Amino acid sequence: MSEIRSLLKAREVLLLLAGAVLLALIASRAPNFVTGANLGNVFTDTSILIILAIGQGAVILTRSIDLSVAANLALSGMAAAMIDATYPDLPVIVPILAACGLGLVLGAINGTLVRALGLPSIVVTLGTLTIYRGLAFVLSGGAWVNSFQMSPDFLALPRTVVFGLPLLAWTAILVIVLAILGFRYTAAGRALFAVGGNPVAAVYAGIDPGRAMFRAFCLSGLLAGLCGYLWVSRFAVAYVDLAAGFELDVIAACVIGGVSIAGGIGSVPGIVLGALFLGLIKNALPVVGISPFWQMTISGAVIIAAVTLNARAEKSRGRVILKRIDAPTTGAPA
Amino acid sequence: MTSLDTAASLGPSKTAKAPVPRRIPDRGGSRLKSVLASWEFLLLLLFIAIFTANSFASPYFLDVWNLSDATFNFTEKAIVALALAFVILSGEIDISVAGIIALASTAMGAVALAGQPAPVVALAGLGVGLACGAFNGFLVTVLQLPSIVATIGTMSLFRGLAYGFLGDGAYTEYPDGFDTFGQGYVWEWLSFEFTAFLVLAILAGVVLHGTTVGRKVRAVGFNPEAARFSGIRVARLKFWLFVATGLAAGLASVMLTSRLGSTRPSIAGGWELEIVTMVVLGGVSINGGVGSIPGVVLAAFVMGLVTFGLGLLNVPGIIMSIVTGAMLIAVIALPALVKRVSAVRAKGARR
Repeated sequence: MSEIRSLLKAREVLLLLAGAVLLALIASRAPNFVTGANLGNVFTDTSILIILAIGQGAVILTRSIDLSVAANLALSGMAAAMIDATYPDLPVIVPILAACGLGLVLGAINGTLVRALGLPSIVVTLGTLTIYRGLAFVLSGGAWVNSFQMSPDFLALPRTVVFGLPLLAWTAILVIVLAILGFRYTAAGRALFAVGGNPVAAVYAGIDPGRAMFRAFCLSGLLAGLCGYLWVSRFAVAYVDLAAGFELDVIAACVIGGVSIAGGIGSVPGIVLGALFLGLIKNALPVVGISPFWQMTISGAVIIAAVTLNARAEKSRGRVILKRIDAPTTGAPA
Repeated sequence: MTSLDTAASLGPSKTAKAPVPRRIPDRGGSRLKSVLASWEFLLLLLFIAIFTANSFASPYFLDVWNLSDATFNFTEKAIVALALAFVILSGEIDISVAGIIALASTAMGAVALAGQPAPVVALAGLGVGLACGAFNGFLVTVLQLPSIVATIGTMSLFRGLAYGFLGDGAYTEYPDGFDTFGQGYVWEWLSFEFTAFLVLAILAGVVLHGTTVGRKVRAVGFNPEAARFSGIRVARLKFWLFVATGLAAGLASVMLTSRLGSTRPSIAGGWELEIVTMVVLGGVSINGGVGSIPGVVLAAFVMGLVTFGLGLLNVPGIIMSIVTGAMLIAVIALPALVKRVSAVRAKGARR
C-alpha cells in the first residue's frame, strides 16, 4: 500500500498522469491532436527545451542556477550562423562544433566565476546573461542572418528524417539517454547529487563541490551551444533577440519536473516530462482555441503549482525518515 | 615552538580544503566589513568620475534641463530598487517586479478605458501592485516556497495576465491630469518623479538605518533562525516587505504609464534584471543582511548616468546592457578578489 502511495507521489508518475489528463482534455476538443504523428511533432518541437533543461537540471542539482542559457544559445547560434554564411563551403560539422565549443567556453566562464571567486550563481549568470546577448549584438552588428544566407546542409541536418523522427528529435533522445546513464552511473553524475544534497558530507566523501558545480555549468553551456545551432537551423534565422526569455521556460521545465531549487533532488526522466508538459501546453493552446497570449499565464500558474508540490514533497520526505526511525524503536523491547 | 609553527603552517592548507561549502551563504562578512564600509564612498567616486567624463564627452550634458531629463530613465527603476533592497536584505528576492509593473499598467489602462478619472486610475495601479506583492508574500511566507522560483513563476503569471488581457493590443487613452505623475514638475526643473524618489529614498533610509524595523530586516537576513528565536516574526516581516515591493512596483507603473501615455504587455521588459543589478551594485549582499540605502541610491545614479551618458554618445542600448552586466559582475567580484588577495598576503606574511 505504502509502495503504491509513494509511487503515486513520485513526480514522474504525477506528471505522466497530469499529461494523460491534459491529453484527454485536448482530445475531447481536438481529436486530431492526439495522433502518433502529431505527438511526434510535439516532441520534436520540445527537443531544444528538453536538452537545455537537462543542462540546467545539472546546475540546479548543485544548488546553483544558470540564467544565461538563452543568451548563450543566442550568441553560439549567431556564431554558427555567421560562420556558415561566411564560409558556406565548409562541412556543416564546423559551425556545429564552433557553436558547441563557444557554448562550452561561455559555460566555463560562468563556472569559473562561481567556483574560483565563490560568487552567487544567480548574480553571475544575471550579469553574463546581458553580456552574452550584448556580445551577440557586437558580433552581428545587429544584422540578421536569414535562411537564404545559410547553406542547404546547415538548414537540412536537423530536419533529416531517420526512422520516422527528424534528427533534432534523435539528438534530444541521445542527450536524454546519455544524461540518464551519466547522472546515474558516473562518478561525476553522482557528485552532482552529493554536492547538492549535502556539500559538507560531499567534501568528507572526497568530492570537490566546486568541481562538480564547474562541470555542471560546462555541461549547461555545452548543451546551450548545441541548441544554438539547432535553434538557428530549425527556425532558419539568427538574430540578437533569439530565444529571449527562454531561460525561464528552461528553469520552469526543471521545477515542474521535480528538481528542487535547493539542490540534490531531481531526475532526468522528471526533467524530460516537465519539459514535455510545457511543450504539450504550448502546442495544444492554439489547437483548442485559446489565444497563445495566455500561454505565459498558464506556464506561470503551472510553475507555482509545481513548486508548491515540490515543497510539500520535500517536507513529507522528512517525515517519512522520522517514521522509519520510529518504527523499529517502538517495535524493539525498551 | 617549532612544532607549533609546523602545526600553524599545516593548519591553513588543511582548513582551506576543509568543508567550507561554497553555496552555503557566508554570513560572516567581518573581514569584508572594511571593504563594504567604504563601498558607498567608492560608488560616490565612480559617480563623480562618470559625471565628469560625461560632461567632457558631450557639450549638452551639463545643462539643468538635460540633467533633469536624465533622471527620468532611472527614477522608476530606482523606486522599485529601494523596496527590493529590503527584500534582498531579508535574504529573499523578487524577480516579478517588472511583471507587476506590466499587470498594474494593464489594469490602469482598463480602468481608464472605463472612463474613470486620473486619481482612480492611479489608485487602481497601486492596488494591483499591492495585491501582486501580497500574493508573492503569501507564496513565500505561507506556502514557504523559495522566493526565487516563486517569483519566477509569478513574473510569468503577472506578465502573462497582461498579455492575456491585451494580446497584441494597447491602451492609449488616459484621462486628463494622469500625465502629472510621469511628466509633471513640482518646481521648475524638479520633476514629480524625481521628488517622489528623493522622498522615498529618505524614508527608506530612515526606516532601514534608524528604526527597529530596519534592524529586524538585517537580523532576518543574517540569520532567520536566530532572528526567530529573538522574537522577530520573520514570516510576517517578510510578507510586508513583499507587499511594500509590490506597492513600489505599482507606483513605478503609475509613473511609467503616465510618462509613456500607453500600455503594452511588453512594458518594462527586462527591468527585473536592471533593478536587481541596481540593488546589488548598491552593495546589498544577495545573501541578505548587508547593505545600505545610500548605496542603492548612489548605484541608481551611477547606472542612470552611465546609460544616459552612453545614450548621448549614440551608443546602442544593448551595448549599455553589456556595461551593466559587466558592472554587476565586477562589483560582486571585487570584494571576493580583495578577500582572496588579502588571504594570500596573510599566508605569505606567515611564512
